[in-house]
Amino acid sequence: MDKIQIDNVNLYYDGYQALKNVTMNVKKNEILGVIGPANSGKSSLLRAINRLYEIDYARMTGMITLDGENIHKLSLNDLRRRVGLIFATPVVLPGTIYKNIGYGPKLHNKISTETLDDLVVKALKAGNLWDEVKDRLKDSAATLSGGQQQRLCIARTLAMEPEVIMMDEPCSGLDPISTAKIEATMLDLKEQYTFILVTNNTKQAARVADRTAFFYAGELIEIDKTEKIFTHPRCSQTDDYIRGKFG
Amino acid sequence: MPLKIGPRTSQIIAYTILLMMTVITVVILFFIILYVFKNGFGQLSIEFLTEKTHDMGKAGGIFPSILGTLFVTVVAIIIATPLGVGSAVYLVEYTRGGLVRRVISFGADCLAGVPSIIFGLFGFIFFVITLRLGWSVLSGGLTLAVMIIPTIIRTTEEAIKAVPRSYREISYSLGGGKLDTILKVVLPTALPGILTGVILGIGRAVGETAAVIFTAGSSLGMPTSLFSSTRTLAVHFYILAREGISMPNAYGTATVLIIIILGVNFVAYRLMHRFIARYY
Repeated sequence: MDKIQIDNVNLYYDGYQALKNVTMNVKKNEILGVIGPANSGKSSLLRAINRLYEIDYARMTGMITLDGENIHKLSLNDLRRRVGLIFATPVVLPGTIYKNIGYGPKLHNKISTETLDDLVVKALKAGNLWDEVKDRLKDSAATLSGGQQQRLCIARTLAMEPEVIMMDEPCSGLDPISTAKIEATMLDLKEQYTFILVTNNTKQAARVADRTAFFYAGELIEIDKTEKIFTHPRCSQTDDYIRGKFG
Repeated sequence: MPLKIGPRTSQIIAYTILLMMTVITVVILFFIILYVFKNGFGQLSIEFLTEKTHDMGKAGGIFPSILGTLFVTVVAIIIATPLGVGSAVYLVEYTRGGLVRRVISFGADCLAGVPSIIFGLFGFIFFVITLRLGWSVLSGGLTLAVMIIPTIIRTTEEAIKAVPRSYREISYSLGGGKLDTILKVVLPTALPGILTGVILGIGRAVGETAAVIFTAGSSLGMPTSLFSSTRTLAVHFYILAREGISMPNAYGTATVLIIIILGVNFVAYRLMHRFIARYY
């Protein structure tokens, strides 16, 4: 069974259709790259999967399932714990590094200080950040550099022990070294998680994604193995986008 | 031929004008405060601060008025802060920015500009007479609360609106509900702004005369309960000066009032900075 099954999904913001009849799947333990020009519906896809579109009063039709369960039957709390989302700009919450990591776990269950301590250490290690911050957990998270903040955001999501991690252009504001660190983190974690990586950087998709989906104007144009998309795409639009002819 | 001014000259002129404006404002403010202090500082003594008032204020201290001011202000803040902050949270987080919110915000703006004597009159008719609370600390506090709620709503609203949208998205995407997001992310981030509103409210309440003279009364007795009539410092000052009872004591009272307001602001800003240092 696929991890996520997306069936005929449409997403409407006030008078604007962001997703048009999207049907696709996400397999367990894969990194799925999602590429496409601006306003092609990439971010909307992520917001549909964790139902974040609801805070914008958008409307969705069609069905999305997680492990075969309709996401609209799951509690929001549970869905968003199982499906983490990492944004383009790293946003640290006001407060210490420790508090940032602990925010998610504390929402979901009553948790003892020791368990939380362990969880924070584990998450920071998995997020490739531990060595840089182990002596300053009680410092304000805002003192970290941009790349560190993004890894903090990843660790913050990992701390909730999710099953799927969605990333919305996670490296768009980062330098090549930080980008490499985040890509390495993803490849490290692939065994345990399923990734959906939205990226404007087609080369990044080529580097890390197992399969890649190409979106254009709210429609899924094609989805296939990454090598295939980058060497013999079925649609000429995909080919043009990858070659940088538009977008 | 039109007069030509070079960009350098116009910069210098603009700078000078702006500087002059600032200087004039600051000088006027300092002049007022120094003038009051100069006339009032001599009156200050332990007895003046701690003794009961005698002879309608010609003699004795102002202790009952200090207590009265404190009580009335505390009642007002305790009532107004939760109501004001609560309404602002509702307006920003639970309405979709439509007509309701605009109408309420506009109403709050109008109320904030209503002369305080109108609130005094309302408080007298509603709290003192209709609810039979009489001239009392409670009536005065309630009236002041009504008066400062609009200020607290508006400042809190702005502070909450200024919390970046991304903070909310992060909280929701980590599985936080609306209430978690408001309590753990939005309010702590907006707290400095909210406190500013509360401080403004305290300032207005402490210095208010017209709204309390009708509602808290002007009794010089020691306020012992919520239902005691009391005379706040501002009212005491007003009566001393207006009825020519004792100008030196009037200035003494004014000095105490100003010091209290400065003290409140100082403490509040210290708290705020400590808070900011801890959370940012």
